Amino acid sequence: MTETIHLNGDPHPFIPGQTVADLLAALAIDANKIAVERNEAIVPRSLLAITRLAPGDALEIVHFIGGG
Amino acid sequence: MDGITTAETDSWKLSGRVFHSRLIVGTGKYRDLEQTAAAIEASGAEIVTVAVRRVNLSDASAPMLQDYVDPKRYTYLPNTAGCHTAKDAVRTLRLAREAGGWNLVKLEVLGPPPHLYPDMVATLEAAEALLADGFEVMVYCADDPVAAKRLEAMGCCAIMPLGAPIGSGLGIQNPAMLRMLIEQAEVPLLVDAGVGTASDAAIAMELGCTAVLLNSAIAHSPNPVLMARAMKQAVEAGRLAHLAGRMPRRMGADPSSPLAGLIR
Repeated sequence: MTETIHLNGDPHPFIPGQTVADLLAALAIDANKIAVERNEAIVPRSLLAITRLAPGDALEIVHFIGGG
Repeated sequence: MDGITTAETDSWKLSGRVFHSRLIVGTGKYRDLEQTAAAIEASGAEIVTVAVRRVNLSDASAPMLQDYVDPKRYTYLPNTAGCHTAKDAVRTLRLAREAGGWNLVKLEVLGPPPHLYPDMVATLEAAEALLADGFEVMVYCADDPVAAKRLEAMGCCAIMPLGAPIGSGLGIQNPAMLRMLIEQAEVPLLVDAGVGTASDAAIAMELGCTAVLLNSAIAHSPNPVLMARAMKQAVEAGRLAHLAGRMPRRMGADPSSPLAGLIR
């Protein structure tokens, strides 16, 4: 069975060596418009490219939407 | 005091920034992002509230709010809508700070439906954590003078009591309590929630509020862009009326035309 991470609540394939920046690129997400939390800790934008994912990581990728 | 000069130079400060518009608008509940942008433009607002939510990973290329409401033009005020605990509120705003780089935030921790009334115990707890983490906190709260003073003493940069429940459009139900909160406030005091139409916004401003925050009254109007214009003018009218001061009320008539010189 392949290992997974949790991405916005859903299982997602874990790719060995993949960084958070790699994942965002694979998902076609503009890193300048979002924020990433990994296991309930913020991943600063400056560290996206050097933060490697581990099996079982829980990631939240959020952005701004309309709200009151 | 020169009335015209006063109106044109009227401004307020929030965490060191100067604003001229006294209307803060939400960006939620619009038909689409085009309508959001048009209504905000018409409102003349300089500050807009925004929510923080998961990116839709199945369509990450979908247009984003920033593409329509430019964060360089408008001050984004991230909120904690949907958070029912202090922990969730703090987590959400830390993400907002990372996404946008802004320290200025709107804290709201709500109780359950159908009232979505501010949970003041959780709000105080979240405010303490956020202030300790370097946030500048504008806080949605009950019209409770004790809680409001405590939030101010803790260091919140604006106190934002409700005029009526969120999204209710019931108008300013508590003018006397708001007036008492305004009189004791040493930081900006805004009505946040309850405004249903332009006259409600004018009433809030006549009471002496620093500014008004609203969303549904514009977004749920059948013509949001026109209502946004109405709100802009109502806030300005209410502010000018507050500065000018109202005439005394009297029990009985006082003729406006002179009685002298009447024909006989």
